Amino acid sequence: METEDQTLVQDCLTENLDPAPIKDEYAPVIFSQETVSHIVSIDMMSGQQDLENILRARATGKGVLTSPFKLLKSNHLGVVLTFAVYNKDLPPDAIPEQRTEATVGYLGASYDVPSLVEKLLHQLASKQTIVVNVYDTTNASAPISMYGTDITDTGLLHVSSLDFGDPLRKHEMHCRFKQKPPLPWMAINASVGVLVITLLVGHIFHAAICRIAKVENDCREMMELKARAEAADVAKSQFLATVSHEIRTPMNGVLGMLKMLMDTDLDAIQRDYAETAHASGKDLISLINEVLDQAKIESGRLELEDVPFDLRNLLDSILSLSSDKSNDKGIESAVYVSDRVPEVVVGDPGRFRQIITNLVGNSIKFTQDKGHIFVSVHLVDEMKGTSDVGDKVLQQGLNLVQDMSSKTYNTLSGFPVVDRWRSWENFKMLNGKDAKDDPEKIRLLVTVEDTGVGIRLDAQDQIFTPFVQADSSTSRHYGGTGIGLSISKHLVELMHGEIGFASEPGVGSTFSFTGAFGKGEVSSLDSKWKQYDPVVSEFQGLGALIIDNRSIRAEVTKYHLRRLGISVDITSSLESACTYVSSIFTTSAFAHLAMILIDKDVWNQETVLQLRSLLEQHRKNCKLNVSTNLPKIFLLGTSMSPVERSKLKTSGFVDNVLMKPLRLSVLIACFQEALGRTKGKVRGKKMSTLGSLLREKRILVVDDNKVNRRVAEGALKKYGAIVTCVERGHDALNKLKPPHTFDACFMDLQMPEMDGFEATRQIRSAESEVNEKLASGEVSIEMYGNVSHWHIPILAMTADVIQATYEKCLKCGMDDYVSKPFEEEQLYLAVARFFESGL
Amino acid sequence: MDVVNQLQRQFIDYSASLHREGFLDDQFTQLQKLQDDNSPDFVVEVASLFFEDCEKLINNMARALEQQQGVDFKQVDASVHQLKGSSSSIGAMRVKDVCIAFRSFCEAQNREGCLRCLQQVTHEYSLLKNKLQTLFRLQQQILAAGGSIPVVE
Repeated sequence: METEDQTLVQDCLTENLDPAPIKDEYAPVIFSQETVSHIVSIDMMSGQQDLENILRARATGKGVLTSPFKLLKSNHLGVVLTFAVYNKDLPPDAIPEQRTEATVGYLGASYDVPSLVEKLLHQLASKQTIVVNVYDTTNASAPISMYGTDITDTGLLHVSSLDFGDPLRKHEMHCRFKQKPPLPWMAINASVGVLVITLLVGHIFHAAICRIAKVENDCREMMELKARAEAADVAKSQFLATVSHEIRTPMNGVLGMLKMLMDTDLDAIQRDYAETAHASGKDLISLINEVLDQAKIESGRLELEDVPFDLRNLLDSILSLSSDKSNDKGIESAVYVSDRVPEVVVGDPGRFRQIITNLVGNSIKFTQDKGHIFVSVHLVDEMKGTSDVGDKVLQQGLNLVQDMSSKTYNTLSGFPVVDRWRSWENFKMLNGKDAKDDPEKIRLLVTVEDTGVGIRLDAQDQIFTPFVQADSSTSRHYGGTGIGLSISKHLVELMHGEIGFASEPGVGSTFSFTGAFGKGEVSSLDSKWKQYDPVVSEFQGLGALIIDNRSIRAEVTKYHLRRLGISVDITSSLESACTYVSSIFTTSAFAHLAMILIDKDVWNQETVLQLRSLLEQHRKNCKLNVSTNLPKIFLLGTSMSPVERSKLKTSGFVDNVLMKPLRLSVLIACFQEALGRTKGKVRGKKMSTLGSLLREKRILVVDDNKVNRRVAEGALKKYGAIVTCVERGHDALNKLKPPHTFDACFMDLQMPEMDGFEATRQIRSAESEVNEKLASGEVSIEMYGNVSHWHIPILAMTADVIQATYEKCLKCGMDDYVSKPFEEEQLYLAVARFFESGL
Repeated sequence: MDVVNQLQRQFIDYSASLHREGFLDDQFTQLQKLQDDNSPDFVVEVASLFFEDCEKLINNMARALEQQQGVDFKQVDASVHQLKGSSSSIGAMRVKDVCIAFRSFCEAQNREGCLRCLQQVTHEYSLLKNKLQTLFRLQQQILAAGGSIPVVE
């Protein structure tokens, strides 16, 4: 057993050691390890620390540790652990004296803390240098540093306790990094990276969710808006329907009134005007219905009808509808249909009308105060192929010629127009590019030509675009919304046709369109179209002379007359007309000449009188019967005031004035009147019916006034009645005492002596007397002319038709009253009651 | 032939002026229409009856109104009523209008007013008589010249 002991802290050089002083006890080192061989023979009790240690060790029998002190040789700080060696086993509860007694030696070990630490930690140190501080912390408030440099606070500190085996002493080891640990870039980066990634992912999710939410929102909004738009559309349709209904109601009132007007007394021309107004009103109502159809067009659900209709009548009515506006502006309008176009075609007349009305309406709108609007219809075949065009209008239309002397052109009004062939030069149908040429179909080419302001070149591309007008000021100046042409285009396309135009600003515009129609039979026409059939033939074979300096215009007039079966000659001036007339005096042509139509442009009062006298002279020369009718002279005019018209009529220069645009119905009415086919006023059915009611009836007229009697008698005789007149009530009594042969009695109310009331009362009482007798069988029926019940209809004649009088009349037995002087309608109504029942 | 036309034109113009000035109204036109081959002088006949009647009634009224010891307005009224009736039968519009005014004066028993009206009636009657006579003369002239009397609308 070796004991090791270390000496004091301060100076421990072995050579410098003094021999130990004399003491009671010594503890010299006898044995030692090689490494600490320098402490051999040093008295361990010489150091204070060691002494305490030894004493404590021997007292407690346990290992004891010194506080840190500098070791001898190395001068490192260290601690010594000392054990006491006993010579016998001591019981655990042995007192210190016993222990001291038993001590034979000591065992000691020194811990060189630095080398211990360095050797131990060598393995533990990481790349960073670890700073280790070892403390003796037996005294907690004053730790003794055993190893380690000054503390550099680098943050992380690990404290571990060291147990050298002495419970009395506490030791701690503080480990810390010498340098601050560098920022753990990897970790930081990684975590930042992860964070960023997480953030990004989170952001993506967030964004996605937001987007979804937004899209959903948008979708909801859109649904809402869509619902609103649909509601607006529905509202628009409802509005249209309501407004149209609102318009329809007063329109129906207008139409009703017109119908009532037509039931009154009108002459032929007035009747025609009323009928035209009525037809226009009906057209307006159908136009309103068409407005409601626009919705169909816009939604593409439009379908065309397939009915037979008369093209010429349709065009007449279209032009007459717009004639007011064009006449007011001083624009001449005319329609011409080629002979080759059949009478009846099958298609949709309403839509056809719509297109032409739109084009004509535009022409009127954009033509100011001069010139013309000319609608012409030809077969497409007339244009194609053959170079020689048979139709005169077409000929002239294709060749615009200017008359140098009068600076006018060979057009309807003399004003220049654009070349019409330019409006159809791009049509496939006409260029023969149209492959399928269905022979069953009739292909028509309709042209609307005007001398208006024209369309600006830069606006020409857009005119078929809906809601776009030539320029922004158009709507302001001319009105309109700009849909008409686009609808027309759509309709034309539905008819398998094409639409095009040519226009030059300052000259005018010409629109053309084609369409395919089916062939139709005359008999298949709806009654609405067949108005003129029976009448037409009555002018058949008559001849007419047209005097007009514009040849196209003359052709138009000729076209209308030919429709009535009248054969026509044309001259261009009054003088040549006179020559012509003289030349045909001896021919049958003159006999057939029923009318001469003179256009206002060539009208010259003196020359017309000349013509008239020429005709009359001829009649006298031929010693013809006075009643042989001379040809009637008509003036054709465009815009004339009614005053002017009636002046001309009453002046006797002309038999009538015909307003353009010419319409078949007007022509027929005028010709009928002029040629004496009907008697003056067209009374309607009333006159004939009154006559049939009163014919051969025996009527008694009672009036004290001679004039009244005579007038009443004359009026009743007109209807074929047999009239007897008496002056006094008494005479009436006598006449009407049964039996008599009178069928009715007209009684004046105010008469001297016995007035109408009294007379009637007495007549009635006489009648009832007789009736009673007959009923009771007192007298035989043969005595009273086989009439079993006597009641003669007595009608009061009075100028005074108040309710009181009427009631009084009824009270005394009268049946009715009529006003004085007679009014036909009232008379008819009153008389019809009695005679219709076959009294 | 020219003469006939001229006369006819004159007739038309004169007729129109009578209508325009209110001497005749539509009823007269109706009477003219009643005239036909069966009764070729219908209008002249009725007119003559009217003139007779007028004169008689005017005399009655004058006499009645002259009565110093109280005018019998009832009688006057009866005569006026008659006159009104016959003038409306023939279409003598101005005469009829005066009669209407006359009647109200009778009802009011206004002698002065009645006398004034009587004067007016007489005046209108004589005017109308002259006018109609001119018209009828024209008609005869036309017929004599071989023309037909134009129907005025």
